[in-house]
Amino acid sequence: MRAMKQLDPKPEVMARRSEIIAGLRRILPERAVIAQAVELKPYETDALTAYRQVPLAVVLPEDEAQVVDVLKFCAAGGVRVIPRGAGTSLCGGALPLADSVVVGLMRMNRILEINYADRYAVVQPGVTNIGITQAVADAGYFYAPDPSSQLACMIGGNVGMNSGGAHCLKYGVTANNLLGLRLVTVAGEVLEIGGAHCDAAGYDWLGLITGSEGQLGILTEVTVRILHAPEGARAMLAGFASNEVAGECVAAIIASGIIPVALEFMDKPAIHACEAFAHAGYPLDAQALLIIEVEGSQDEQADMLGRLREICERFAPVSMRVAQTEAESAAIWKGRKGAFGAVGRISPDYLCMDGVIPTSRLGEVLRRIEEMSAAYDLRVANIFHAGDGNLHPLIMYDANDPASFAKAERFGAEILTLCVEAGGCLTGEHGVGVEKRELMRVQFSESELTQMRAMKDVFDPQWLLNPAKVFPL
Amino acid sequence: MQTNFTPAQLADPEIAVANEILRRCVHCGMCTATCPTFVTLGDELDSPRGRIYLIKDMLESGRDAGAEEALHIDRCLSCLSCVTTCPSGVDYMHLVDHARVHVEKTFNRPLADRLMRAGLAWVLPHPARLRAALLLARPARGLGFLLPGHGMLAKRLRAMLRLAPGAVPRAAPLGRVYQAVGARRARVALLAGCAQQVLAPSINAASIALLNRLGVEVVIPPEAGCCGALVHHMGRHEAALAAARANVAAWMAQVEGEGLDAVLVNTSGCGTVVKDYGFLLRHEDCAAGAAKISSLTQDISEFLMKFYEPVRAAPGLSVAYHAACSLQHGQQVTAQPKTLLRKAGFKVVEPKDAHLCCGSAGTYNLMQPEIASALRRRKLDTLRALGPDVIAAGNIGCLTQLAGDGVPTVHVVELLDWMAGGEKPQALR
Repeated sequence: MRAMKQLDPKPEVMARRSEIIAGLRRILPERAVIAQAVELKPYETDALTAYRQVPLAVVLPEDEAQVVDVLKFCAAGGVRVIPRGAGTSLCGGALPLADSVVVGLMRMNRILEINYADRYAVVQPGVTNIGITQAVADAGYFYAPDPSSQLACMIGGNVGMNSGGAHCLKYGVTANNLLGLRLVTVAGEVLEIGGAHCDAAGYDWLGLITGSEGQLGILTEVTVRILHAPEGARAMLAGFASNEVAGECVAAIIASGIIPVALEFMDKPAIHACEAFAHAGYPLDAQALLIIEVEGSQDEQADMLGRLREICERFAPVSMRVAQTEAESAAIWKGRKGAFGAVGRISPDYLCMDGVIPTSRLGEVLRRIEEMSAAYDLRVANIFHAGDGNLHPLIMYDANDPASFAKAERFGAEILTLCVEAGGCLTGEHGVGVEKRELMRVQFSESELTQMRAMKDVFDPQWLLNPAKVFPL
Repeated sequence: MQTNFTPAQLADPEIAVANEILRRCVHCGMCTATCPTFVTLGDELDSPRGRIYLIKDMLESGRDAGAEEALHIDRCLSCLSCVTTCPSGVDYMHLVDHARVHVEKTFNRPLADRLMRAGLAWVLPHPARLRAALLLARPARGLGFLLPGHGMLAKRLRAMLRLAPGAVPRAAPLGRVYQAVGARRARVALLAGCAQQVLAPSINAASIALLNRLGVEVVIPPEAGCCGALVHHMGRHEAALAAARANVAAWMAQVEGEGLDAVLVNTSGCGTVVKDYGFLLRHEDCAAGAAKISSLTQDISEFLMKFYEPVRAAPGLSVAYHAACSLQHGQQVTAQPKTLLRKAGFKVVEPKDAHLCCGSAGTYNLMQPEIASALRRRKLDTLRALGPDVIAAGNIGCLTQLAGDGVPTVHVVELLDWMAGGEKPQALR
């Protein structure tokens, strides 16, 4: 692994290590403090294992009062703090620093309130994304944003990264489904932002906090909008002869004015890896596959599927199939949602990109990525939310070969630069984290970055909360 | 995921296997969500991904296992829910098996721990010893509250007394061959098991009666004994291999003699291990035989799919089907028991979070009583919410764990046998 530039640990904090741990033990239950070297090791990374750093300690608070105590204690000692949920970040959002205390929120996993009449739920940050839907599904409701890691990822992290998902084409991302937050600032002050109602008056604090990557405070409660589940939904598979043709088909669907609930793209390597995992009946002979889902009454579904068929047929599909049963639909989505992990079947390691481009440029950008793949001699699997133009090229490499990783990093940077040049942006839903930190200059001018840093200064003047993320060092 | 083994380390075939498994893992974290201990304890270290990382670090460094590794590896139920969830196909089972052996070999457990484990390994796989132990425990059964202390030892002893049955069934020695009724359609070996035959001889009795009635001859070679799963999951590799070798020899003699269509297992915890004999014994002289036995092994519900026919009228009972982890995750046998129960005329209902373990997991409910009882409570709550007449499962461990909460518990095969003309299960009378 290439040594990544990292903030230097504060010598005065490192020198007081045992004192800090003793202090944490005083304010927290015994089972909530992890400080043994062997036990800290698994906390050195998240789902971006290319970057690793063992923290000074890990704490697992069980309620808001403990979060307040930990933050007050750390702020008083100038100790850096890394918030962590399920540790599923693909951009190193939960990567520790050597002198940091990781605050894991996994134990704050209770659903506090469900209100069907007013369609909201209040949950703790450690509730999994799918946990919210599971809690309200029997009553016919769901929580709309659905990251592919929704089985495991936690709502606190979803807010921090403003996560998206396959069904965000229709329903919007986390920011569009959020009503309120409780947040502990680094000074230990509890802020209540928004609430179980629409659009609070005044400045849009919710908008500011959502996507702030744990740099402005630690969440202790999240109030989300829950929606009535649709009457039904059906997924359709359309295979195409090339990435570019499939990309053009996506642009045509969007241009037609139809908004399917999801419009997902997989290329050939992804199709094969996912089929091996999910046995969903993906077309193995296609070079590219679109998963298109529509929802509503039977009539609405039939009407939309008919129109989508007509559009797809203009692009000479090699196969088209509509799921006939719920089990078929479930298998189709199981493959798509497990796609990143499934790539583990064909490559020991991957870097997952998250660039966004205008949908009209899909075909062209995909062709450029193919050319880069050949030039770098690294395979790419493309799995992404095509309807939003949110690309997830997975660059496959071998982490046991340092040269391979260095190449993969450069390849990734080139893809993201291409996305920005095509009129898009660096990250659609995963966040900047450490992975895209240095690339922020490709997207933003120095004065724009200075303005953003000024906002962080207001909340966290000592830069203790998740400090080495988002901004170039 | 990156690994850091030296070429010398990789020359060890066991490490080479572990390396391949670790390289498959992409550390995505999906497994954490369906892991019973992560859901209960909320710590990465008690999740599959955290354990994989601990094991990776321990093996790479070549160090002996310490108290921390032992703690978190011991807390793993080996329920293999993570294997069902994993999109990358990480073979967690063989990795954690390897780690358990490493812990057993290199970690010096506290004395009380060692005694407890040695005692369980000495008693459980041997029906006569287990029977004697249960008879001894019976008068003390309700006296667990008198055991002082909050230490692990006291908690474990109380858990043992709680799990000891109120009445120990009369010893029911098994014969060697049970002839098919009418024309013989198949010939199978049945793993009679160890603890099951002591705790609930009715399960083997129902299995044999049902198979015979369906035209299947059942052979139980007396040379075959415990499958080795109990000691295997304690990391006692040599004892596990010895048990496996004995069974392979006993069943291969049948294969080479009168022939076998299948080796049937009606205790899914054992079935998972017998299906893995091919891997377990891959370096032994009997490797080919072990692979043959593994390929012949089926859970009894898999085998019955082709043969089962009910004869009685549907009893109108609602059966809550509890999927044993060894069956649903270890063997990926999910539909068959439910299909058979429906065919038999039962209404089959399933609990929420059916993927979560009930906490039984071999000796887990004795060794980790706190986590096991939290999982038991959670499972029973979801089962009771269904308002069932009876809880059915395909594993004696689960049945023991879930018993005593007011809803009768029976083995799936006992219900199937009843509807095929056998006796009504004792628990329903």
